[in-house]
Amino acid sequence: MEQILNRLKQKIEIKSVINKRADLYFITIKKEHIELVLSHLKQQENFTHLAFLQAVDYIEDDKFQLTYMLYNYDIKVNLGIKVFIDRDKSEMTSIHKLWPHAWQYQRELKELFGIDFPGSPRVDESFVLEGWEEIPPMRRDFDTLAYSVKTFYQRPGRTTNDPKRYMKEKLYKNFAKSPESGRNDE
Amino acid sequence: MSRISKNKYDNFKADRSKFPQMENGKAIIDLDSHKFTKLWQGPQHPGVTGNMAVELTISGDEIVQAKTHVGYLHRGFEKLLERRKYIQCFTIVCRICVPEPDTNEYCYSTAVEELAGIEIPEKAKWIRTLNMEMSRLASFLMWLGGQAGSLGMGAIGQWTVGMRDFWLDLFEEMTGGRIYHMYMIPGGVRKDLPEGFIMRAKHLVVETRKLLFDIEKSFFNNAIIKSRLKCLGIITPEMVDEYGIVGPNARASGKEYDVRMNNPYLKYPELDIKMITSMGGDAFTRAEVRYQEIHQTLDLISQILDKIPEKGEIQAKIPNVVNWKIPTGETYVKAESTRGEHGFYVVSDGTKYPRRVYNRGASYTQAISVLEKLAVNTSISDLAGLMVSLHTCPPEIER
Repeated sequence: MEQILNRLKQKIEIKSVINKRADLYFITIKKEHIELVLSHLKQQENFTHLAFLQAVDYIEDDKFQLTYMLYNYDIKVNLGIKVFIDRDKSEMTSIHKLWPHAWQYQRELKELFGIDFPGSPRVDESFVLEGWEEIPPMRRDFDTLAYSVKTFYQRPGRTTNDPKRYMKEKLYKNFAKSPESGRNDE
Repeated sequence: MSRISKNKYDNFKADRSKFPQMENGKAIIDLDSHKFTKLWQGPQHPGVTGNMAVELTISGDEIVQAKTHVGYLHRGFEKLLERRKYIQCFTIVCRICVPEPDTNEYCYSTAVEELAGIEIPEKAKWIRTLNMEMSRLASFLMWLGGQAGSLGMGAIGQWTVGMRDFWLDLFEEMTGGRIYHMYMIPGGVRKDLPEGFIMRAKHLVVETRKLLFDIEKSFFNNAIIKSRLKCLGIITPEMVDEYGIVGPNARASGKEYDVRMNNPYLKYPELDIKMITSMGGDAFTRAEVRYQEIHQTLDLISQILDKIPEKGEIQAKIPNVVNWKIPTGETYVKAESTRGEHGFYVVSDGTKYPRRVYNRGASYTQAISVLEKLAVNTSISDLAGLMVSLHTCPPEIER
C-alpha cells in the first residue's frame, strides 16, 4: 500500500493520508485531480471495485466532502478518496465513464445534496423524491420540522397533553403524591 | 467453444422483424407505432421483491426496455440518524433491512466502537458471529421461497418460511425480538445466550438440513425450474466490476470476493470456511451458489455452537450513552450479507450526534443498473424470477 501511495504522490499532491485499519485508508486530494487519480488507481493499481460515492455536508466550512470508496481485490484494501468542493456552486466531474454504475450515485447526490454532475446519464431525473420543490433534503440547513409542519397538518379533534401532567392526573390520581416523590402510600 | 457448435450457428440469424430496430445497441421505440406497450410491474405486485416499480416497454411478451422506479419506501433513515444521539441511532439502523437486520446492527456498532476505540470481549464476538450467521440463514431461507414462488412453485415458499419461523423462535429466545433484534449494541451484545439454547440450535440445524434435502430434490432437480432459470440474466465476469456487483451474484460469475474471507472480521478467521464460486453466471448458477451457501452457513453455525465459550464478559465498558461524544473521525465497516458487501460509512465530528451515516447495500446497484440491463430481451414472466435471483432488496436502495 505504501508503494501505491508513493507512486500516486509522484503524480499529484496528496494533502493527507489516514491509515484507519490495516485494510482501510483515506486520502485527501484536490478536486481537479479526481479523474486522473481514479483512472490511475483503476487501471494501474487494480482498484477496480467502486463500493460507493457519497457526500458529507460541512456547512460550517461551506464545503461538501465527497468520498469515493474503492477496493482492490488483490491486496484486499479499501481506499477512500476524499475531495472537498464548494457548497454554493457544487459541481463535480462525472465518473460514469470509469464505472457505469456511478450514474446512480451521482443521480442520488444531485437530488439529495444538490451536487451537479454535468454529463452524467439521467442525472436530472428524480430518484426517490417526486415533485420536490424545497432545497435538497440531505443538506444540513434543511429544516425537517418546519417542512413537516408546513406540508402536513394536525388531524382535527386531537389534543396534545403534557405526558407528565396527564399521567399524574389519569393514572396516579389514587396516590396521595405524584410518582416523582415516590409512592409513600405503599 | 467447440468447432461444431460454432459452425452450426454461424449463419443463424434470429427473426427480429417483429421487434424494434436497433441503433448503437439501443432499441428505437416509437410508442405511436402500436408495436409496443408500456406496462408497469409494481409497486404493488406479487412479482416484485418489495416496494419498487419496473416500468417496462414490451413488444409481444418480450421486454425491450426496463426502467426502475424507487421511492415508495423512502423513510429518510440517513436524515433521521443525523439528528439522533449515537445510542438512539442504534435502534433505527436495524430497520433499514427487514429480512436481515443484524448486518446493519453489526456494521453500525462496530463503526461506533472503532471510532470510540472500544474493544469488545471475546464472548461477545462469538455471539455476534452466531447472530450474523443465523440472520444470513433466515434471509437465505426467505430468498429460496421467493425464488421458487416467483416461478410458480409456491409450496417451497411455505416450507422455507415455515422453517425460518423456527429460526425466528431462536432469535426471540436470544434477543427478545423476532424480526428486529436490536441486539448488538455498541460495546458488545445485550444479553447472554439462554440456557439450553445451544442444544436447541443444534437440533434445528439438523431439521433444516432435512428440509434442504427435500428442496434439492424438488427444486434443483426440477426440469421446469431448470428450463426457466438456465441462461436467464447472465452476468459476465466483465460486468462484475463495471456494475459493482458483489456477493453470490459475483461469485456465480467467478469473482472470488467474500468479505468474510477477504477481510475477515469477528471470529471468522477461526472458523473453517471456504469460498464458494461458480462460472455459469446465470440465474440457476446463482441459485446453486446460494444453496451451497445455505449449507455453508449451517456448517458455520454448528462450528460456532461447538466453539462458543461458556463463560465470559459480553459487554465492554462504555461511557454514559446519553452524553457519549465520539472523537472526530470517519470509518467504513463492511460485512457479508446474503446479498454481498454491506457496509456503513460513519463520519463523526466530535459531538454527540453523528455527522453522517451512510449505508451501502448490495442491492443499490444490482437492483437498478444491473436489472435494467439484464431485463432487456427477457420475457415478462421471467422478470420476477430475475429480480429474485439478483436478490433485490428495495429498502437498501432508498435508505
